[in-house]
Parts: sequence; structure tokens; C-alpha cells
Amino acid sequence: MSIRHGLLALLERGQMYGYQLRAAFEESTGSTWPLNIGQVYTTLSRLERDGLVRPLPESEAGQRPYEITDAGRADLALWFATPISRTDRPRDELAIKLALALTTPGVDVRSVVQAQRSATMRALQELTRLKYGSNRPEDLPWRLVLDSMVFQAEAEVRWLDHCETSLVRHQPSGPAPPVPRPDDADARDAARWAGEEARR
Amino acid sequence: MSGSDDAVLELRAVHRTHGAGPAAVHALRGVSLVVRPGELVAVMGPSGSGKSTLLALAGGLDRPTGGEVRVEGQPLGALDRRGLAQLRRRRIGYIFQQLNLLGSLSALENVALPLELDGTSGRRARALAMAALTEVGLPALGDRFPDQLSGGQQQRVAIARALVGERRLVLADEPTGALDSQTGEAVLHLLRRRIDAGAAGVLVTHEARHAGWADRVVFLRDGVLVDTTAPLGSVEQLLSGSDR
Repeated sequence: MSIRHGLLALLERGQMYGYQLRAAFEESTGSTWPLNIGQVYTTLSRLERDGLVRPLPESEAGQRPYEITDAGRADLALWFATPISRTDRPRDELAIKLALALTTPGVDVRSVVQAQRSATMRALQELTRLKYGSNRPEDLPWRLVLDSMVFQAEAEVRWLDHCETSLVRHQPSGPAPPVPRPDDADARDAARWAGEEARR
Repeated sequence: MSGSDDAVLELRAVHRTHGAGPAAVHALRGVSLVVRPGELVAVMGPSGSGKSTLLALAGGLDRPTGGEVRVEGQPLGALDRRGLAQLRRRRIGYIFQQLNLLGSLSALENVALPLELDGTSGRRARALAMAALTEVGLPALGDRFPDQLSGGQQQRVAIARALVGERRLVLADEPTGALDSQTGEAVLHLLRRRIDAGAAGVLVTHEARHAGWADRVVFLRDGVLVDTTAPLGSVEQLLSGSDR
């Protein structure tokens, strides 16, 4: 998600100036995504450059409101209509960390798994507490944001459980080789799988 | 974990071994746990880690082979079968995945049953049962029989039965089992409310989202407690952490 589309969505409600946009953005994401005013103005000037918003005359208090243009509306509609692609999201550092833990000598992988699970569980408890405390009808957008974070945390814990079960079954066969050996049967299998995956 | 004077539930170095000799299965190996009023503790762990054994011992449904279980300061080992049954009826509420509602009794009668078995007068038992049904949001359905209720409503009746009267300890084993996520959440909401009103609870679950309702989450592995978590101190810390 971009701040760009967030601001466009807010301007679709009506014209706003920078501080109003920042406040409205934080309100609709329940402050899960704090913005500084600099980010708001930088984004507004890019949107203006691209013809998606236009500035209006300054008010007497010196505030310059912005409004969305037709091109901005079309861009926003396209954003709502397009699913977020998984490849647009950052690589999962945790998955990489566990994969490395498994092949690095002297690392207790089960402890790494447990430490992460406890941390994620703690976050889940806090999120649930926030949710429990926001049950007014007008809290719904905020609750949906919280739910999304709750389900992501849950998925992470389930994946960690799965990792732990796999670790129990895993029979370590000594230290991992420093480089993959192309003549290794596993490597050949992996390459074949990758090829089939790519053809699908 | 300092003094445990106000503990509703206390497990002291509890062991539970099934069988003997080389074939013995050590379900729990020295588990200690204190649950105080207003506290919900979730127990998580893989299948076979001892979760359900822990719950059965806490509720006096099973006896430890070592260590001690206390409910409201009372060592369960010192009670005979009759005393134990009385404690279970009066002070402990159980919520299981299998609801065990009696099909020939109405919702209200199902909820009133444990009180009546304990000698409470019919009229008073019904009044308390109605209060419990109201607490779970079903004041109008007391006359319905279990087969006339939806799965979610049946689960609520089972919860009302677990909470009726003056239960101080609520033990739940995967209480949201077959329910959809919204209905399951409503069940946890009810449980949480009762705990906030001063009961103590233990929730066995394999779902992290449900364990999220707890004040503390303990992890069991091979019959041993391996970790405990409490929520983060501050919301800010959490939210800034989410913005990776």
C-alpha cells in the first residue's frame, strides 16, 4: 500500500489540507501507520506533479487545501480494483532467519522458534486487548485493521508450530555443505521441482 | 511469582505418569502454575504435550502422580471423592468442545442441573440459571431444547452452565471447536468478561488467535512448561513494531 492511495482515498471524501489529511489517515488506520507531516506534503507534491490532485487557494489562516482530480479518481478506482500482489511485499526476514539458523553451526533453532513465537504471541495478546476495548460501531474500520494484524500474527504462530514439528522430525546429518553440490540428488530434485513450478 | 495466597488455582511441581516401567508415559513432568482472580491463562503446545492432562488435573477430574493441585487454597489430594465432586459442582466450571447438553432437558434446565444436583432449591436454581443465560445473551431461549438451538447457541448454553452460580474457576478445552470465527470470538468474549468480573480461567487451545484473549500464555512441550508470555507493556511499542 502506498501513502499515495491512502491520501487519494481521503481526498475523495472532500478537500483537505495537510494536517487534516494526516489526522484522517491516522484515524482510519487506528494509528497503526503513523505519518509525519513531511511525508504528507512530499506525497501531495508528487500527486500534484502527476495530475492526481490539485491545490486550491490558501485559506485566510494560511492553509492550502487539496482536491482530487478526475485522473486521481481513476487511479484510486484502479487501486481498489487491483489485488495487492504478494511479490510487492517485502521478503519475509523471519523465514530467511530460520532457514539460516538451521544451517548455521551452534544455533539452537528450537530456541529461535520459541523466542519468536513468544514475541508474536505477546503482540497477539496486545492486539486482542485493543480489539476487546473497541466495540463501538464507529470503531469498525479500526477493528478491521486490528483483525488483519491478528490474523497475520496467528498465521505466523501456526507456521512456527509447523516449523517446530518439522524440526522434531528432522534428523540432522552433520553440518551443511558450504556450497550446494550440483551432483547432489537433492539438488537435482530441487532443480527439477523448480523447473516444473516455473512451467505451471 | 511471589506468594500464592489469593491463587484460585495452583499447581505445585505436578507430575502425571500413565503406566509404569519402561512403557510409562510421562504426560506432565513437574509443572507449576498459579492462576489468580481476574486472570485468564492460555495453555498452548503440540498434540501430546500434556495440555488436556493439565486441565483434567486442575479440575479434579484426574489425580497427579506427584506434586499438588490446590483450588482456592484447598489441596485436592486431601478431598475424598464426595468432597471433590462437591467442589467441582460448586466452584469449577468446565467448557468442553463436546457440549454434553442433555437433549431431554430445556436450555434452562441444563444450566440449572448442576445447582440442583448440589441441593439448591429448584426455584433458586432456575433463577440463577436464568441469570447465567442472560449473561450469555440467551434470556429468551430458556425453554428451547438443545436440538432447537444453533451450534453457537448450544455452546452459549454450555457456557452458561459452566458459569452458573458462584464458580470461581473456569476451565475451557478448545471451547470454540466447531464454531465459525465470529461465533467463536463471541464465546471468548463471554469468557473474558467473566474473568474480568473476578473468576480465574485456564484455556487450552491450539489456536493462537484464541490464546490472544489470555493475560498469560504458557507453552507446554513434552510435559514441561517451556515459556510464558504476558502482553507487551505499551501499545506504542506494538504499533511501531507492526510498521516493519
